[in-house]
Amino acid sequence: MAEKTYVEDIDRSMYDFRFEEKDAWRIDAGLSPEIVEQISEEKNDPDWMRDFRLKSLEIYNSIPMKDWGPSIEGLDMEHIATYVRPNAKMADNWDAVPDDIKETFERLGIPEAERKSLAGVGAQYDSELVYHNVQDFAVKQGVVYTDIESALHGEYGEMIRDHFMKLVPPSDHKFAALHGAVWSGGSFVYVPDGVKLDIPLQSYFRLNAKGAGQFEHTLIILGKGSSLHFIEGCSAPKYNVANLHAGCVELFVGANASLRYSTIENWSKNMYNLNTKRALVEEGGRIEWVSGSFGSHVSYLYPMSVLHGRGARSEFTGVTFAGAGQNLDTGCKVVHAAPDTSSYVNTRSISKGGGISTFRSAVVVQEKAKNSRSSVSCESLMLDSESRSDTIPAMDIRTRQADIGHEAKIGRISDDAVFYLMSRGLPEDEARALIVSGFADNVGKELPLEYAVEMNNLIRLEMKGTVG
Amino acid sequence: MGEELLKIRELDVRAEENQILHGVSLTIGRGETHVLMGPNGAGKSTLGNVLMGNPQYRVTGGSIEFAGRDLLSQNVDERAKAGLFLSFQNPVEVPGVSLSNFIRSALEMRSGERIRMWEFRKKIHESLEVLNMDSSYADRDLNVGFSGGEKKKAEILQLLMLKPVFAILDETDSGLDVDAVRTVSRGVEEYQKDKKGTLLIITHSTRILEALHVDAVHVLVEGRIVENGDAGLISEINENGFERFLTQKAAEEG
Repeated sequence: MAEKTYVEDIDRSMYDFRFEEKDAWRIDAGLSPEIVEQISEEKNDPDWMRDFRLKSLEIYNSIPMKDWGPSIEGLDMEHIATYVRPNAKMADNWDAVPDDIKETFERLGIPEAERKSLAGVGAQYDSELVYHNVQDFAVKQGVVYTDIESALHGEYGEMIRDHFMKLVPPSDHKFAALHGAVWSGGSFVYVPDGVKLDIPLQSYFRLNAKGAGQFEHTLIILGKGSSLHFIEGCSAPKYNVANLHAGCVELFVGANASLRYSTIENWSKNMYNLNTKRALVEEGGRIEWVSGSFGSHVSYLYPMSVLHGRGARSEFTGVTFAGAGQNLDTGCKVVHAAPDTSSYVNTRSISKGGGISTFRSAVVVQEKAKNSRSSVSCESLMLDSESRSDTIPAMDIRTRQADIGHEAKIGRISDDAVFYLMSRGLPEDEARALIVSGFADNVGKELPLEYAVEMNNLIRLEMKGTVG
Repeated sequence: MGEELLKIRELDVRAEENQILHGVSLTIGRGETHVLMGPNGAGKSTLGNVLMGNPQYRVTGGSIEFAGRDLLSQNVDERAKAGLFLSFQNPVEVPGVSLSNFIRSALEMRSGERIRMWEFRKKIHESLEVLNMDSSYADRDLNVGFSGGEKKKAEILQLLMLKPVFAILDETDSGLDVDAVRTVSRGVEEYQKDKKGTLLIITHSTRILEALHVDAVHVLVEGRIVENGDAGLISEINENGFERFLTQKAAEEG
């Protein structure tokens, strides 16, 4: 716990550095059947996948742009390169990763974290994975953790075909369709029945290329009674042109299985983050989302849990920090589709320097979901009078036999609290940062220590210079 | 009197539209324990808060010197670093920040050095013991869900850990039962003796003072110091209350 609150030497360059683009190949900007076919060829897709991509593109072209939420006018698909292949082959050994890419991940602390506390690591640079490795003990238990492309051609090809974009179909929304057409990279994880992995797997996504999109697909399938903690991290250097992230996460949680999915997202502030995450939870299973959203210019992010089997549970713990120039629209959705299911949502949002933070939630309790329980609690902290915070909770309850609670609080940092902390010797900016870190501790205490430290770093970074 | 540590001269203080302190003068020597007494609403807590630099109050006249330096030009955190400490009457709750992390952060901010974890744990557990506090308090969120008595004890715990040069105790004994007063008093005694601390104890009762050595007593009524004396004043007030000072003041004004 030593470093939980105070970490010295925060260095902005930790995320903002960038290397010259030496990508081996970059597809032309824009979207057309030719471009999609080119990506498909580049990736040596099976036929069904190539058809799937083209069909998704058709759907993309037929769905109108959404008419709600933060503006994405600055995003022009004609100028986004949807595929950028780094100049590297995937390696299972950091030494085989090209120096500049390796240095990127070293600065982000990934290899070190792997040595210390992870069962497996995947690292994606632009559109492709450049590193993937799983510890032997996990492999011996039958755990599969690989990139989707190779899995498509191997023994799990059928399993992927049965699950790929079944939970988030391309018709779900325009950016899901886009994802279906141009997806690249990401991870496939399979944990066999009864296997409990005690230490986490992690994927890290880095978008280095300018004016590009990242469309990784994460597919996780948990067998009956298994358990897993999966961590994803994302960052990018800042450019003055728009970048796009439209990833897709599909989680299949088997009966009595337990999955924790943790994310610390710190995209640069020129990023449009239009990400879709969804979990299907079978009888007695459990999904826990832990989510820290700090980066991006605009975010739309609402991880969704479908509680499909009796007694399935969902917990969502999130914190969103919107600073100057950021409009972060985050929250979650839960569908109670079986009896005795329960959901628990606990979020904190912070806005500062004119930032806009919107919490949006939807809880649906279907008629058959008797004896279900749901509790939603969201708290907002506005650090100045120019910032904005909105709460938009929706509930659709189709049975009387359900126990539903909702609580929302909006506040500011009290002068008394700042005076109190300063009276013990903390300068004003430290006092404010400590109060904000404490406010976000609902997420901090759910994260492994290293990630909690990183999150507090991000908060302190955001809080620097908030005092006139 | 030994070396002068705190020197307040002709202090005028306002909060919003009201003048609360009128020309208050007070000098405290290093290592001494002074008691500030007076009826409710006399301005005692205001004086404690002004010394610490609470921005709610405005100093409109007079001066304060602490350890030979002008105190009023210093920020709240600078005052803390110079060795000033205020035990709050109603300390605020800070969710998500544990008591021990907070104290450690404060110690690091004051010294500018990293604190060794194992040494720190040892010290905080010693101090918790002095105050009859369960060691689990160290990991609880700062003041969150603490009872009135627990909050007061947590303040004294900070006093023992931060070892300031000069501590102001603002009504630390109010709202406590007999046992809690005894415990808190033991903590204060430890600070007074072992840490050779200087104290300004603000109180309107006398219970906390029973076990403590007192060098001087000042009586504050309606924002003015109306009497200065030695420890003997305490027992007099204990018997007769503040009535004499009130009538005395009325007579002066009359």
